[in-house]
Amino acid sequence: MLVELRIHGRGGQGSVAMAEMIAGAAFAEGKFAQAFPYLGGGGERRGAPVQAYARISDSPIKLREKIEEPDLVIVQDPSIMEMVDVLAGLKPGGILLINSEEPVDVSRKDVRICFVPAGKIAIETLGRPIMNTALIGALSRITGLVEVGTVEEVLRSKFPKEIAEKNILAVRKAFEQVGGAL
Amino acid sequence: MKGKTAILEGSRAVAEAVRACRPDVISVYPITPQTHILEDLARFVSSGRLKSQFVRADSEFSAASIVYGASAAGARAYTASASQGLLLMNEVIYAMASTRLPVVLTAVNRAISAPITIQPDHQDTMSLRDTGALQIHVESMQEAYDAHVQSFRIAEDPEVLLPLLICMDGWVLSHSYEPVTVFPDEAISEFAGTFHPVQKLDPANPLTYGSYADQDVLMEYRYALMLAQEKAKEKICSVTKEYKDIFGHFDGDLIDTHCTEDAEIILVAMGSMVSTIRAAVDELRAEGRKVGLIKVRTFRPFPGEEIIKACGKAPLIAVLDKSLSVNTGGILATEVKASFYGNPVQPVILPFMAGLGGKEVNRRVIKEIVDIASRSGDKQGPRKDTVWMGLDHGFFN
Repeated sequence: MLVELRIHGRGGQGSVAMAEMIAGAAFAEGKFAQAFPYLGGGGERRGAPVQAYARISDSPIKLREKIEEPDLVIVQDPSIMEMVDVLAGLKPGGILLINSEEPVDVSRKDVRICFVPAGKIAIETLGRPIMNTALIGALSRITGLVEVGTVEEVLRSKFPKEIAEKNILAVRKAFEQVGGAL
Repeated sequence: MKGKTAILEGSRAVAEAVRACRPDVISVYPITPQTHILEDLARFVSSGRLKSQFVRADSEFSAASIVYGASAAGARAYTASASQGLLLMNEVIYAMASTRLPVVLTAVNRAISAPITIQPDHQDTMSLRDTGALQIHVESMQEAYDAHVQSFRIAEDPEVLLPLLICMDGWVLSHSYEPVTVFPDEAISEFAGTFHPVQKLDPANPLTYGSYADQDVLMEYRYALMLAQEKAKEKICSVTKEYKDIFGHFDGDLIDTHCTEDAEIILVAMGSMVSTIRAAVDELRAEGRKVGLIKVRTFRPFPGEEIIKACGKAPLIAVLDKSLSVNTGGILATEVKASFYGNPVQPVILPFMAGLGGKEVNRRVIKEIVDIASRSGDKQGPRKDTVWMGLDHGFFN
């Protein structure tokens, strides 16, 4: 088993942290995992499009190449879809998870499209638009790639208690509210 | 020994190792993609987990000069940089090597301007090739940790006494996360020992460092670096073996090999792409193709004899370079070819430029290299010019 995923976001939204948390949860469940960023165009600027990647596997991961044909694509900020082809390389039958309050129509019919109001959930729970943990909750519901309980453990070890609990609430809400081709 | 395995960023793995080796003085100037190492170490010092003197500098030149002074005064000293920052340190690193100061430096590989970029290649550390500093190139976050634990003992050995660069590809290793096993600080500190300088700057017993010299001793100083690097070979082998015995990890000493025994084509490479080549070699082997890999772990001292031995009777050697000596070609390929001069077995050695400026080197590119190599050595004779993988010829129209 090798699952490869790509996250699209903007600098400052925590896309790399999201890849790291997914890898951390998978590792906690006994799988091998890797997470890495791609910062092009000078990178490291707030608001600039960034991509983060993760691999999850049953066996040790040697690959250090970019992921060209992901099984899963996660879009933190749908406005990015106007300038970045988020579907690029997504495998037929692959999953596109978008931070959106409504269903999103895309040009491909051979992929599963899911949506979750991650931005709204983030404002409700954290008070600011950091959607990454909500999206992990949705990812867990759609794929079962990582269990919600493990994600909660990762959050508790990563953040101070109060912030962890708010993020856990975001994870649980997104788990409930995700829609589309589940 | 059992350690604790967790998902760590490569920079954090380096900082964990450096902390446990307890350098007396750290001076680092921030530069992407090295900065996370600096930030992690600064946090360790600020929280009291690391007792080093952390000296802020106004440039990489100053940071290198500060650790130069610290090392000359007998302190275990550490710095880190990347790209343009390493170029700015260049002058000081020459001086460190010739005055035999065993500073450990993490070189987070990043291409050189212009055009300005933050993408990784090996041009920055190659520009330090002739300084006299040792260079160890790592392929994984775990190896980055392991190599840093080993580094101080190698550099500070009385028969070596040279600055040592641990080279790790920017982003691919510095900013990526994977499981890394970290061993207890006490065990690492014990392994790393303490620095016992053979001489040091001391007001009570004045010495001059970096004094003037004429033709009477200057060549001798450079020749002494040749001797010290030969000694470093033995030391690197013994320290990596001891590390393996205690901690169970071995990432290679001067080189590492994979499937070379019966190989008809051997790929030679350094740094993070070595891991991807391992995966590609496994896939090609599964198809019945006799392909092998040599990882050049120490670019300095250069393991020429070890490479020749590992190549055995393999007729084709493909060298993958991430740095360029303009008008000559890939620097690693040039050195591999030079090593084979006069050797009874003369394989065809094919140079490939792969990964310059962060150009992608994935399994597809690696298999293409193997295919190109397989087709050479035919009737027309082997091609000698460098093959530039992924070069956009349209750019020149």
